[in-house]
Amino acid sequence: MKPFTKLTSRVVPLPVANIDTDQIIPARFLKVTTKEGLGEGLFCDWRYDAEGRPKPDFILNQPRARGAAILLAGDNFGCGSSREHAPWALAQFGFRAVVSTSFADIFRQNALKNSLLPVVVPPEIHAELFRLEPEAEVSIDLAAQTLTLPDGRAVEFPIDAFARHCLLGGVDELGYILGQEAAIAAYEARREGSINTLP
Amino acid sequence: MSRTIIEKIWDAHVVAQQPDAPALVYIDLHLVHEVTSPQAFDGLRGRGLTIRRPDLTLATADHNVPTIEPVLPIADPVSAKQVAQLEANCREFGVPCYSLGSERQGIVHVIGPELGLTQPGMTVVCGDSHTSTHGAFGALAFGIGTSEVEHVLASQCLLQRRPKTYQVRVEGLLRPGVTAKDIILALIARIGAGGGTGCVFEYCGDAIRSLAMEERMTVCNMSIEAGARAGLVAPDEATFEYLSGRSFAPRGAGWDRALARWRQLPTDEGAAYDRQIVLDADQLEPMITFGTSPGMGIPITAPVPDPAQAADPESLRKALAYMGLEGGKPLLGRPIDVVFIGSCTNGRLADLRQAASVLKGRRVNPRVRALVVPGSQRVKREAEAEGLDEIFRAAGAEWRQPGCSMCIAMNGDQLEPGQYSVSTSNRNFEGRQGKGGRTLLASPLTAAACAVTGVVTDVRTLL
Repeated sequence: MKPFTKLTSRVVPLPVANIDTDQIIPARFLKVTTKEGLGEGLFCDWRYDAEGRPKPDFILNQPRARGAAILLAGDNFGCGSSREHAPWALAQFGFRAVVSTSFADIFRQNALKNSLLPVVVPPEIHAELFRLEPEAEVSIDLAAQTLTLPDGRAVEFPIDAFARHCLLGGVDELGYILGQEAAIAAYEARREGSINTLP
Repeated sequence: MSRTIIEKIWDAHVVAQQPDAPALVYIDLHLVHEVTSPQAFDGLRGRGLTIRRPDLTLATADHNVPTIEPVLPIADPVSAKQVAQLEANCREFGVPCYSLGSERQGIVHVIGPELGLTQPGMTVVCGDSHTSTHGAFGALAFGIGTSEVEHVLASQCLLQRRPKTYQVRVEGLLRPGVTAKDIILALIARIGAGGGTGCVFEYCGDAIRSLAMEERMTVCNMSIEAGARAGLVAPDEATFEYLSGRSFAPRGAGWDRALARWRQLPTDEGAAYDRQIVLDADQLEPMITFGTSPGMGIPITAPVPDPAQAADPESLRKALAYMGLEGGKPLLGRPIDVVFIGSCTNGRLADLRQAASVLKGRRVNPRVRALVVPGSQRVKREAEAEGLDEIFRAAGAEWRQPGCSMCIAMNGDQLEPGQYSVSTSNRNFEGRQGKGGRTLLASPLTAAACAVTGVVTDVRTLL
């Protein structure tokens, strides 16, 4: 996994609550058997009209979004389907962090495994971020767990200590799990079979 | 120390707990389907890993499969490739796979329970958020992403933080025309699409106890729509009766040992929950959604909420604009185009019986297209054995082959832009049933009533 340490970027505001993963990447893009090519489908039905032309009023089609790596979204971002295609699509588009007041559980777990940082901020800071000028930049420092506003104020954000450790070092979770082989084998030895062996 | 069933299952599955790290949790049953697994199998190949417990792993094809005969060969080459990839991966790694052509094929959350694979006290995962369905058996069951699918394939374990416990007590008894679907839609409307984030629900109370297993599955299925990764019901005699004799249920002395274990699972007297809520079943009406989040639900007789009086007027305005609906106006009497009866929420035999009870001797309104899609091959066989297919066909509804179908609209079963559907599925998100389509979520009874009249209808007027 790619490490995440610090990031300074403009912010792309998407002031909608409960953005579900079907919006982030519609189901018709889920027929792939690889992780590639999903950035094109990001927010596809909000981004393009019926003829496939970019809708000029959608934020991702505006100059402000070009090269920006921070998405600012409403409460409960990433709810619904467990599709990891959602963080894959966000990351392939160029986002490296999403800021909201809350995240759906499965999305947050999926994002963390793809170096996409979910940043939870209090409602008043959230509202303030939506009022930023288009060119304004904010900085995220994962080691310090701070998001710094353009006026220099730093806001602390919470993150699971283990997830932080993995992100900072680019640590692969599966490697960590497989490193506990002895514990897994010991558990299996004492585990009562709870289902029959499948044929 | 008194514990909830959630804590009992959790404690029994912690393999290791290092300081400052999430617990390593053992998974008893891993269900796999074609959409969220190919990249996980690729990951295993890339690392030179095998599957640790193919005997605790089972695959089926459901999301992408046609529901119109002939289902084979799959006409859409992209869907065909994904299903073929699943079959090839399962062969290569030794995973049993009930793909198209198997008499056990069906929606992954329908076949797990009906085969007796899902059992009380288990941990169950699948790369699908509606894995919460299996909680109806008193299992801790939750959806995971593809990276986690790879973790479980490789290690049979997951890294997880202990979830918060959330008691959902539903007191009283449902009135006629009101169903399990209405309980869960009412809960989500009350606490919101993120109301259960970080929690596992335990559903309890007289109304839950009196539900049949299939109805409990409907309730648990939509826990995720309130943000809870899992929701469960403590096992009882109804659970044991359902499981007894199923293909993968324990037998003989093994059954007796299992029963003794399962009876220890219910929450201890005096155990504390992190959160609690009480609903009164006697007060519930048939529910329907009007917006683009499952939390946007109302009693079917109520007006659509007015953005001018809403807590979050922007989201409501956006949703109503997409839905082509006006705040303050009733939904009752609004014309609809499509009725979809099926999905992991309401695609089981009991659901089809309910829909058939309304459609029997009636006709689907000529301007409505009604699809009935059984949740599995077994559901299809059982429905046909009791003549439900004949009732649906005689009413003018389409009787289809099993699969996820129009719940996720990956297989060609989809709405046209602007169409309204009354759907027994679980998500009314924008475009969920087809780009530009508009979904009203409701129970099988309500959906069948709407099919007959061609407008949004209170089923109680047809009972």
